[in-house]
Amino acid sequence: MAGGSSIDVLGQFELRPVLGGLGEALRFSQSPLYMILAACLVLAFLYFGMRPAAVVPGRFQAAAEVCYEFIRSMAVDTIGPEGAAFFPFIFTLFFFILAGNYIGLLPFSFTFTSHIAVTLALAVMVFLLTVIVSLRAQGFRFFAHFMPAGASMYLAPLLIPIEILSFLSRPVSLSIRLFANMVAGHVMFDIFASFVIMLAGFGVVGDVFAIGPIAINMALVALELLVGVLQAYVFAILTCIYLREAVAH
Amino acid sequence: MGEDSDESFTKRLREAERRAGQLEEGQKVSVVDKEEQSLPALALRAGTEMISALVVGVAAGWGLDRWFHTRAIFLIIFALLGGSAGVLNVWRLVKPPEQ
Repeated sequence: MAGGSSIDVLGQFELRPVLGGLGEALRFSQSPLYMILAACLVLAFLYFGMRPAAVVPGRFQAAAEVCYEFIRSMAVDTIGPEGAAFFPFIFTLFFFILAGNYIGLLPFSFTFTSHIAVTLALAVMVFLLTVIVSLRAQGFRFFAHFMPAGASMYLAPLLIPIEILSFLSRPVSLSIRLFANMVAGHVMFDIFASFVIMLAGFGVVGDVFAIGPIAINMALVALELLVGVLQAYVFAILTCIYLREAVAH
Repeated sequence: MGEDSDESFTKRLREAERRAGQLEEGQKVSVVDKEEQSLPALALRAGTEMISALVVGVAAGWGLDRWFHTRAIFLIIFALLGGSAGVLNVWRLVKPPEQ
């Protein structure tokens, strides 16, 4: 992606039509293609993992069961008994983001979680869900949360707008966190990879020194594997925390 | 022997964690805190919390200005409120857990 002496680190995030003429006509870019791929991968993992349905699970089934148990315990432990109702949603969210982050690490692929449009859509979905659940669980008492308990009434005109803005900033911070982490990781890959190409232009000495950026990039892949799962986890756990506040009376 | 060394390891781990100030006695560590203990991660999170509140404040002010055809009065007020909300977000992130 980075060619010659110029570094084009953002070119990798550009959307282009895929699948030839059909994709051109439908404005079908890599982003939805990789989303479908991610969804199919997760579905295939669960379907083929659970198909044996053995009492003593094989490796594949054990992995699928561990994933199920992990998210289920996270949802129920964080939200409480009501968490079981939200478990399918949180499971989908976590594995969709995780699959997106990890598919993006493969060479020549595309990271759809590096687009703010995608992460913001996910975060707004979570936000609307928490608002609806809050209104159903707490009714109009939900609005009482915007006035901090014990504060003077004279401060209400100042405190209520601040609390409302703080509440509204949740989906924004949720989406920016995932988006920024993914963009930063992939930009770093590109920068260090282009250092290798630049150093290769300096003959034998450059070839020797090029080992440095290659080593850094290998370390970055390890870091990105960690960041990918951590960001999916943070997204899911924050969804759980918001839902816990929503169902609390 | 095995059990003994296990116990002593757990004890020494507790000691080390207490020395590092990571684990207060009798205090439950929340899941998010455990995951985001590293300083750069916390700094990044605090940064996004602050920026996002400011973004929401500025967007709200700009929108209200457009709606009421006023020039910049709501933008000024809501940018300040958004900044305050950002500080509130960061405070909620770093404040000591309630007793």
